[in-house]
Amino acid sequence: MTNPFDDITAPDVDVIMLVGSNPEEAHPVLGTKIRRAVREGCKLIVVDPRKIDLAKNAEIHLQLKPGTNVAFANGMMHIILEEGLEDAEFIKSRTEGFEELREIVKDYTPEKVAEVCNIDAGELRKAARLYAKAKKAPIMYCLGVTEHSTGTEGVMSLSNLAMLVGKIGRSGCGINPIRGQNNVQGACDMGCLPGDFPGYQKVKNEDALKKFSEHWGVPLNPTVGITATRMPGAVAEGKVKALYIFGEDPMRTDPDIGHIKKMLTGLDFLVVQELFMTKTAELADVVLPGVSYAEKEGTFTNSERRVQRVRKAVELNLGMRPDVEIFYDIMNRLGYPQPRLSASEIMDEISELVPSFRGINYARLDAGESLHWPCMDEKDMGKAILHVGKFTRGLGYFYPAQYKPSAELPDEEYPFLMITGRMLYHYNAGAMTHRTEGISELHSSSYMEMHKGDAEALGIKNGDRVKVASRRGEIETRAVVGDKVNYGEVFMTFHFDDGNVNHLTNAAIDSFANVPEYKVCAVRIRRA
Amino acid sequence: MVTDSAIKTVTLTIDNKSCTVPKGTTILKAAQSIGIDIPTLCYMKELVPDGSCRICVVEIEGGRKGGLVPSCAEHCAEGMVVYTRSQRVVEARKFILDLLLSDHTLECFSCARNGSCKLQEYCLEYGVERTSFRIGKRTPFGKGDTSNRFFEFRPDKCIMCRRCAHVCEKLQGRDVLSIAGRGFDTHISTCYDIARTDPTCESCGNCVSACPTGALSSYDQKRNYRSYEVTSTQTTCPHCAVGCQFNLLTKNGKIVGADPVDGPTNKGLLCVKGKYGSYKFVHSGDRLTTPLIKKDGKFEPATWEEALGLIVNKLTQIKKKEGADAIAGFSCSRSTNEDNYMFQKMMRAAIGTNNVDNCARV
Repeated sequence: MTNPFDDITAPDVDVIMLVGSNPEEAHPVLGTKIRRAVREGCKLIVVDPRKIDLAKNAEIHLQLKPGTNVAFANGMMHIILEEGLEDAEFIKSRTEGFEELREIVKDYTPEKVAEVCNIDAGELRKAARLYAKAKKAPIMYCLGVTEHSTGTEGVMSLSNLAMLVGKIGRSGCGINPIRGQNNVQGACDMGCLPGDFPGYQKVKNEDALKKFSEHWGVPLNPTVGITATRMPGAVAEGKVKALYIFGEDPMRTDPDIGHIKKMLTGLDFLVVQELFMTKTAELADVVLPGVSYAEKEGTFTNSERRVQRVRKAVELNLGMRPDVEIFYDIMNRLGYPQPRLSASEIMDEISELVPSFRGINYARLDAGESLHWPCMDEKDMGKAILHVGKFTRGLGYFYPAQYKPSAELPDEEYPFLMITGRMLYHYNAGAMTHRTEGISELHSSSYMEMHKGDAEALGIKNGDRVKVASRRGEIETRAVVGDKVNYGEVFMTFHFDDGNVNHLTNAAIDSFANVPEYKVCAVRIRRA
Repeated sequence: MVTDSAIKTVTLTIDNKSCTVPKGTTILKAAQSIGIDIPTLCYMKELVPDGSCRICVVEIEGGRKGGLVPSCAEHCAEGMVVYTRSQRVVEARKFILDLLLSDHTLECFSCARNGSCKLQEYCLEYGVERTSFRIGKRTPFGKGDTSNRFFEFRPDKCIMCRRCAHVCEKLQGRDVLSIAGRGFDTHISTCYDIARTDPTCESCGNCVSACPTGALSSYDQKRNYRSYEVTSTQTTCPHCAVGCQFNLLTKNGKIVGADPVDGPTNKGLLCVKGKYGSYKFVHSGDRLTTPLIKKDGKFEPATWEEALGLIVNKLTQIKKKEGADAIAGFSCSRSTNEDNYMFQKMMRAAIGTNNVDNCARV
């Protein structure tokens, strides 16, 4: 996120534009902040294929067809330019690439976009004016933008939109991806990425390679690694023989479980370090007991880039080891002399190697300081708002993006478009929430939302069991009939093993970020 | 030119201590700023004062109506002389507690909030043991609401401070709770008397955290612990990336509950996952506790020596035969920065590959 939560839901924010995000269920405490802002007069634009609860109080709800975000954003820019609502001064002094962008969005007339997105052209105009004319208007987005085969273009086109009206680099604005998992920001910051050392220092960059090689005392591999989403292919080709999975359950959470199973069983050696015997762990050669957040010291980095402490509340069972101790042991046995550091000492090593973490240490965090990265030295509280006065790269670059349809669209055989998402009471594969009585009593089985018109045509009533099939698999689930989704579209959450939607989802990936297209696949439905 | 707001401060005396505060500051906040503690029940610092419980009453020298005012709502004025513990203030507070007890079931021994009940605390402090009132309606014992899975509502312990309704309406933004009735019949009600199982109630438990008595209490607390038995450890919620702060409450080495903390993002609020879904899994009976090695398709418990020995042998063999890039690792975006840092260091420095990713894409 370029801006913190409180800044973009403050009483002086005029308009919030929420794209492909349902914070009331996926990020509930942020949801409360948005509800409060709306009550206090902030106008809300919801861009989402479903009638999410926040849409009820929205000034405008663009219930667009899943997978058409780029067309929507380009359409907004077309209107802004046509009506002269752009921030010419900002474009001139802070950005580059504007002319190319202008050329590209020329074709995206509101009428054409309305047809592609299945929305009303007048509503789109209204949204463009509302957003462009607001003094303070943040864009918040979530996986509804990124989990597409054109997810990167979706993000870029939203950034273009914010730059076009100068709503970036200042309070109450910005481009704000709401991160899904507690420490997904941190895992990326820490260099668990095939092309990046900690702090996004590139493996390909010779200086970075040299710096890390010197600091860690070994020559490092200069070849960029393979992403998790390309791993099934790499295993099939025989390039990768062994996999070490730390705290992840791809047999539940990755798209197209059939091909994930093929990958995991095609390995020579699989290690899984986990809290529970998961579907993935069942396929391992060695399973190591993992440790929960309540049993260790450390930090998580939230969506605002705020680094916060995690503290040990209970001791481990006899015979168990902290996760990091296991890594130390393996490193030393492999011949790499890794000293056993405390969590605080690891943070000191991180701050030595990562400039944006230089000012972060446990003494400060434990004294109650709340620090955002980049935090450049001991006195720096960190940058809560990014790109103020100057973009990180210098000038903000308009990266023009063309709309491309999703990889798999409904056809005669698979006539429904399926999208996926989170619900309030559960979290991802449910390792935590399924083990809480009360929560399981409220919701413990999978379901599929469908439009009442479609249900009627298929003779399906609310609560009926249905079979849902895609080109990759078939599952059985319960139909929830209503009007939350549009005609021809269906929605499922991904928390439940009785009808796991990831047997159906498409593993087609985005060519830049390698993110799979969870949000769009084609299915057919019949009564079970 | 100095702006108006910058110079407008007032100086007053509270309990004979001088105090200068910006104009518009309440007496309560001014007192807190110089370390004087005033009891509160209905007061919530995030919201405009409700002023309904009157327990924060103070005496202003020469004030209207005898000078007794609720300090949460009264603004400081230049030259004001305030007493927070005068004879009249103490008598007034005793009277208020007497009135509150007149409709409060005294079953402190078995109450979930025994030891963390503000009513109990103030009654002890002011020496109010029982009510002197014999007349008037009383909320019938047992007429509660147990429809929610995580907490119960006991109206016979409710002091009508309205904090639960304010949290639900103004902070949580859900309007499930509100005030109904008048006079003796005033009570906290769900809107249109819907059950707390209605989806409008998200079971966030923020009303429970806000309740100063045992009127709203979590079953986990009722059954398993009292506040004086637990140790609090402040940590970050393991669910989504909002980064809410809470205390994990532990008793005899086990986590028994979670209470919200006034963190930079959550400001004292939590959702159902943070409040109730963030600790039971830790002590779940199906946790893995020992390494397992698969032999003939079946897992068998192994020692660390055996398991780590096997891993290192296999990885060394594969690396020797196929190169380091034949090995890959997926790290965990649920785990800490420190674990993630060391995992990628293991992959890069000890194994020698950049085949390391996390679940950010999936």
